[in-house]
Amino acid sequence: MRIGDAKQSYEADEAIWTSSTQKIWLAIFLFALAAFPFFADSYLLYMGCLVGIAVISTTGLNILTGFTGLISLGQAGFMGVGGYTVAWLSLNTALPFPVTLLLAGLLAAAVGILVGLPSLRVKGLYLAIATLAASVFLHFIFAQWESVTGGMGGLSLEPAHLFGLTLQSDFEMYFVIVPLAVLMVLAAKNVFRTRVGRAFIAIRDRDISAEILGINLLRYKLMSFALSSFYAGVAGGLFAYFYRVVTPESFPLSMSIFYLAAVIVGGMGNLLGGILGAAFMTLIPEALNLLTAALTPFYPNAPIFMSPMLEIIFGALIVGFLIFEPHGLAEIWHRIRRFFSLWPFRN
Amino acid sequence: MSSILEINNLSLSFGGVKALQDVSFQVPENTVTTVIGPNGAGKTSLFNCISGFYKPQQGTIRYQGEILAGVKPPVRAAMGLARTFQNIALFRGMTVLDNIKLGAHVHMKSGLLGSLAYFGAARREEMAVRQHVEQHIIDFLEIDHIRRKPVASLSYGLQKRVELARALAMRPKVLMLDEPVAGMNREEKEDMARFILDIREEWGVTVLMVEHDMSMVMDISDHIAVLNFGQVITEGLPSEVQNNPEVIEAYLGTSDMDSLRKKLNPECEVA
Amino acid sequence: MDWLFFGEISLAGLAMGGLYALISLGFVIIYKATKVINFAIGEIMMFAAYLFLAFAGGMEMSPWVALPLAVLGGSVLGGVIEKVMIRPMLGESAISVVMVTIGVASILVGLVELIWGADPQLLPSFLPRKPVFIGEMYLAPKIAYGFLIGAGLLIVYLLYFRFSRGGVALRATASDQAAAYSMGINVRRVFNLSWVFGSLAASLAGVLVAATGGLSPQFGAIGLSVLVVVIVGGLDSILGALVAGLFIGWLETVAGAYLGGEYRMPATFAVLAVILVIRPYGLFGTHEIERV
Repeated sequence: MRIGDAKQSYEADEAIWTSSTQKIWLAIFLFALAAFPFFADSYLLYMGCLVGIAVISTTGLNILTGFTGLISLGQAGFMGVGGYTVAWLSLNTALPFPVTLLLAGLLAAAVGILVGLPSLRVKGLYLAIATLAASVFLHFIFAQWESVTGGMGGLSLEPAHLFGLTLQSDFEMYFVIVPLAVLMVLAAKNVFRTRVGRAFIAIRDRDISAEILGINLLRYKLMSFALSSFYAGVAGGLFAYFYRVVTPESFPLSMSIFYLAAVIVGGMGNLLGGILGAAFMTLIPEALNLLTAALTPFYPNAPIFMSPMLEIIFGALIVGFLIFEPHGLAEIWHRIRRFFSLWPFRN
Repeated sequence: MSSILEINNLSLSFGGVKALQDVSFQVPENTVTTVIGPNGAGKTSLFNCISGFYKPQQGTIRYQGEILAGVKPPVRAAMGLARTFQNIALFRGMTVLDNIKLGAHVHMKSGLLGSLAYFGAARREEMAVRQHVEQHIIDFLEIDHIRRKPVASLSYGLQKRVELARALAMRPKVLMLDEPVAGMNREEKEDMARFILDIREEWGVTVLMVEHDMSMVMDISDHIAVLNFGQVITEGLPSEVQNNPEVIEAYLGTSDMDSLRKKLNPECEVA
Repeated sequence: MDWLFFGEISLAGLAMGGLYALISLGFVIIYKATKVINFAIGEIMMFAAYLFLAFAGGMEMSPWVALPLAVLGGSVLGGVIEKVMIRPMLGESAISVVMVTIGVASILVGLVELIWGADPQLLPSFLPRKPVFIGEMYLAPKIAYGFLIGAGLLIVYLLYFRFSRGGVALRATASDQAAAYSMGINVRRVFNLSWVFGSLAASLAGVLVAATGGLSPQFGAIGLSVLVVVIVGGLDSILGALVAGLFIGWLETVAGAYLGGEYRMPATFAVLAVILVIRPYGLFGTHEIERV
């Protein structure tokens, strides 16, 4: 709790950013986000877009797994549904891109509800394995339903159209992806200020008590699946527009694990954690890339080792965070903040 | 006084174990009714039947005159049946305030889309609930100083109070308390007793308790039912129950082996 | 309907199923004792197979020396993983422990690729080459002898766990840790040994499967099929591992032969989906009841 910061009304108490210092920092951050593309080179812009997409998907998975406690190994599958929907719509209809993105999210949400139905009968890791099965089936459909998905070759897209502008470059995509990411994270925060979000957390913590308090478990579990998959679908759609091609290999099982790791490393059940985790996990391969490039003059074989090193680092990060910092990056962040908010006092 | 809750011939068994055998008693409206009995008598099983978790093999439960059969727990909550648990069932990932607000879940309406947008109907509803909870529950149970704390950091006594607060947020007509003062010290017990009486007085709620602390039970109960081995031994006023020889036997045991044998096996001839 | 072909395919499938049963047995041992769903079991197998490659191929040892050494290496790996990475997670939520095993799997894949490269490899052959015929049906010798060796270990395990003190200790620890502890059973040792023995089974199976099908850093994907086997059989059921192992091995091979390779995984997972609907805890698994 912040010292010397009493509120006069309940509204003020329930707001997301309660103190003026917080609001100032928020304004600075938003400004920096907006100004970033003008100063960044194309590589940084590319990374910025990737992080934006990852943030949306991680937030979605966080809602399902971190907040509602339903472990999902199917995130990549839902993203794939979004990606393929966007691709198909852009090739076969003249719908503008906000509509295709919305439809991608909605279709992914519908698939999410379907996948969530087993949660009526199975819990915990059994449910996780059911989502894994769903992922395998979706992958199969992407690869085999050639008439719609283009089979193994996939589909390629035209750049997105928005109000007559063609969104070709990363610069332009940035101004779509990042504001959307900000909005979607805010929306998620809102959910957890209301009864729906509370119901999700109750289901995670003690679902039997939740039932007694009047929460219809199946309804809210399906809602969580739907919301989470919507986010995944939108992220998948953005992914499709960004890369302008989708194939069955665009959304492999390892991507589901990637996002699960992002949720865990960032801090489960913590929206800020989701953002930090997404950024961190997206930037690690790039950091390794840079390191390899720097080392290549000395060790010409370095690039061959990059891929396996990445796997090792990835695995080590997951294990390390789970053992040593289970509350993830969010906890580290809060510790730093606490240090500074009380500085120069220790306690 | 009419009975808000009527238990009729309730029988519940798990495989060969008979948890409840032909249990019948009344819970008069706007009273503090307590169910007492030794451990293993079937009290929690009884509560679980009323909550809707266990389906009794026989018998009925009437709530406000209507039979409750096959009604799921979330629906019973909406009908006004609230409950606390023996082992505290608070949601550890939330603050005290959020836990209490969760109690009001059944009476709120915001759906998913409203929540995503927040500003508008959802916000108004949140503020209304917050107002109600603050004015009627948090002040009443004297927990305003801990409202933003995560429940995991509270002492046992305070956790029980928060659980009571959450049950009150459900605006119940019948409040079932499963061992509300277990593990509390004298002072906390007195506070809790006072709260329970106030709830009955000011809120018009019917309290159905399971409790072991006899002095508290005798002090605040209007009506008592005694359970032993899954059967009702007797029910009535505290003074009546206190002097009932069977009740005394059930609690203190008896050195009279003959009567004990007879009770356990009515057909057996006593030597 | 070419019954001969069907018979041959079925035999091959059952033989593969026998190896699946062996791996699943390893998985079940680990789960029974420590309640951990070991997503890294495929990668432990892979590691043992690579060790065999190193011993028999690179170091040119006799295959009959390399095999026990590789299996030993895999078992030690299992023990080390338990001690270093699973033990600290005692008491944490199930998802966290599972994620640790996923992390471990990733580390192993990277390690293997780093040391041996990403290309597929062939194991030095060591199994008899004479074709095997059962009646008129042909069974590839590698598969047949692989099955025999695997089945041999399986039987040893079954006897051990049924009748020896170790087996009883395992079952006791599985059902009630605290009680087992107070009975004088060294629970920590049981935990560690369960991982060692589980990895032993998986390692042997790993070498045998790799001998048949080749080896690459993607070998661990077999873990997915194993996962289906244990869910279908029941996570804590040894009988389930046997029955489901044989069945899934058979089904995958038949689906692959008649429908095409890309149908193998969907067929297996379709069985999983059905089981999750009608008997979520598996054919022989125990259903844990929650107290309110």
